[in-house]
Amino acid sequence: MKISIYRYDPDKDEKPYMKDYDVKLEHSDNMLLDALVRVKDMDDSFAFRRSCREGVCGSDAMNINGKNGLACVTKIADLPEHVTLRPLPGLPVIRDLIVDMTQFFKQYHSIKPYVVNHEAPPERERLQSPQDREELNGLYECILCACCSTACPSFWWNPDKFVGPAGLLQAYRFIADTRDQETAQRLDNLEDPYRLFRCHTIMNCVDVCPKSLNPTKAIGKIKELMVRRTV
Amino acid sequence: MRAALELARADLKVAVLSKVFPTRSHTVAAQGGIAAPLANSTEDNWHWHMYDTVKGSDYLGDQDAIEYMCRRANEVVVELEHMGMPFDRLENGKIYQRPFGGHTQNYGSAKMAMRSCAAADRTGHAMLHTLYQQNVRMNTQFFVEWMALDIIRDPQDGAVVGVTALEMETGEVCILQAKATLFATGGSGRIYYASTNAFINTGDGIGMAARAGFPLEDMEFWQFHPTGVYGAGVLITEGVRGEGGFLVNKDGERFMERYAPNQKDLASRDVVSRAMTTEIKEGRGCGPHADHLLLKLSHLKPEDIMHRLPGIREIAIKFANADPIRDPIPVVPTVHYQMGGIPTKYTGHVVVPEGNNMDSIVPGFYAVGECSCVSVHGANRLGTNSLLDLVVFGKAAGEQVIKDIKSLPSPHRALPKDAGELTRARLARLDANGAGERVVDVLTDLRRAMQAHCGVFRFPEDLVAGVAKIKEIAERAGRTFIQDKSKVFNTARVEALELDNLVETAMATIVSAEARKESRGAQARADFPERDDKNWMKHTLWYKEGNRLAYKPVHLKPMTVESFEPKVRTY
Repeated sequence: MKISIYRYDPDKDEKPYMKDYDVKLEHSDNMLLDALVRVKDMDDSFAFRRSCREGVCGSDAMNINGKNGLACVTKIADLPEHVTLRPLPGLPVIRDLIVDMTQFFKQYHSIKPYVVNHEAPPERERLQSPQDREELNGLYECILCACCSTACPSFWWNPDKFVGPAGLLQAYRFIADTRDQETAQRLDNLEDPYRLFRCHTIMNCVDVCPKSLNPTKAIGKIKELMVRRTV
Repeated sequence: MRAALELARADLKVAVLSKVFPTRSHTVAAQGGIAAPLANSTEDNWHWHMYDTVKGSDYLGDQDAIEYMCRRANEVVVELEHMGMPFDRLENGKIYQRPFGGHTQNYGSAKMAMRSCAAADRTGHAMLHTLYQQNVRMNTQFFVEWMALDIIRDPQDGAVVGVTALEMETGEVCILQAKATLFATGGSGRIYYASTNAFINTGDGIGMAARAGFPLEDMEFWQFHPTGVYGAGVLITEGVRGEGGFLVNKDGERFMERYAPNQKDLASRDVVSRAMTTEIKEGRGCGPHADHLLLKLSHLKPEDIMHRLPGIREIAIKFANADPIRDPIPVVPTVHYQMGGIPTKYTGHVVVPEGNNMDSIVPGFYAVGECSCVSVHGANRLGTNSLLDLVVFGKAAGEQVIKDIKSLPSPHRALPKDAGELTRARLARLDANGAGERVVDVLTDLRRAMQAHCGVFRFPEDLVAGVAKIKEIAERAGRTFIQDKSKVFNTARVEALELDNLVETAMATIVSAEARKESRGAQARADFPERDDKNWMKHTLWYKEGNRLAYKPVHLKPMTVESFEPKVRTY
């Protein structure tokens, strides 16, 4: 397998370059991550993040042949013989495939990602019907890998002002939770030409999400709530 | 993270160091649930939960700590719900609970207790994200991608006064001074070749503690999870069997009925893993090499699989090419959890023997979760008790730190003169060495050696040879070199430093296992197949210095109730 990888170490490289690797695969190597571990065995200076290797921690997001995805759940068999890997687009590169995600998390934090309920907690669990709980499906499963936000042209353009698909998906996760009492404030927090309304339903986010989530749909629901409260 | 939350709420200055972004820690991969006797679906109470945990531990668990955990289970789980954790729900709106291995009603009856509180099969993800979110709310300060390297102790009384740590992005090494240092550094499952554990589970806290002179408790006890995906090692939750799935051999026989007539596939994990290994050894394994078994759930309703086990379906399709709605999942017992760790008590305090006191508190040092040994899991952990362990003892340790800090004088203790010296020497060696052993070669040999010499069943000659092999590997680990000398996000350096921690863990494991001449829980010796309460109902303590062992008694006396006397353990 041939892999071309974006390489850049600010400690010694003047500028980024692409480096080609010929990777000998073993029978047990099924996922792209397995191939990257082989590259690392050949060249210990190649830097990338990885942890759970099963698609739940969100560490190994990268741009694979032009499309964002997680290396650990991308099957080698589904890839062409020659694979090109670059860091997630739109975020500053720290080194090789490692990007600085500060801006991404700043946006996530900005939507107040926690349930707010002003009533004194009862002795036992707050009740929630299975139907109400169902509303959270497709939202709470986000792993914060940033594949979606870094595939979004609006986020590339205004990463400081536009919350981005990942943050907005979570904004709706808390709006949709019957236990949360701050829907109005959450909508206020997004009522702005940039924070929510820079989404132009390009839907790259849906295309790349490794968990098959649909941020565009969630954004649509927030927009609907916004409209509804003005009429 | 639960402890940090407690401290942040008390307005203490708290710094959380994590070598990965907090939601990427391995708790995120926990699937099946968190135990609490909420009795939402079946009758239940903490006494029954306590009995199951003591029995599950094969009577090596400390009964005071077990009582403490089971009594606080409902409180901490309800709190998680109040924080916003998205538990599944019953029709009446209460938290959904499912059966899990070894959790029974009425002190071990054949009736299972539905005790596992679940968010589909993503309970760990839901819990970790909820705890992170609450910390965001409280403005906890995170040091993301900082790797702690070594413990700094006050030579006067051995107190812990801080740690050295590497900021991965810049390569800078700092000393973090603290009145309280709490480890929640997780397990070390990467010492084995086939493991359900993430790459980051390299026993960093274990290695740090060992190098700082602390003993490690009960390190011979490693849980093999019955259902790791064959070939890939990825975990398939026991919740699959809780929802009605079962294991079959090549003849299609539901073999667990022979090994555990009552609990069958929901017997304790050590029991199921041994049964599977026996089936394979006796030639009843599946596939062309007869080296795995099949987990069948195609008899369940497709909508139940999609609703209750969506993550499992995703994993099976991706890693085993099997859609469980139609096809069985090929599985094999796979290393999953470290029952041993840094010795602690239920307050989170790290304790060491000193004179006649077997549990003398180390000032300033706390540990919770998989890196600690409190010991609630003893020789074998029950599924869903690990998430509970994290939250109960995370909270308890947080409460204890608050109390302890209030009684301390305001200025920090002075740092010892040689603070950071050990770390500097370790890094200097890596910077200077231009040749030697490749990190990946030493690591691979270590993992293969542990897999071959210290598995589900343990043989005396394997263990003796294993000790020699790990000693040789430890020596090689002292001669590693890296080609990458960059300051910026040098993952080669990180992996070399992790190897040091894996070596300590492996050494503690194999030496402790070789010495324990009995079978108990996860330690199954071919030459000593029986449990020996007379000689071996005691905790192992391994010290790095001199590679020596000591032992301390099990706490058989609970806090308020009668002891559970050791019995023959059947399921």
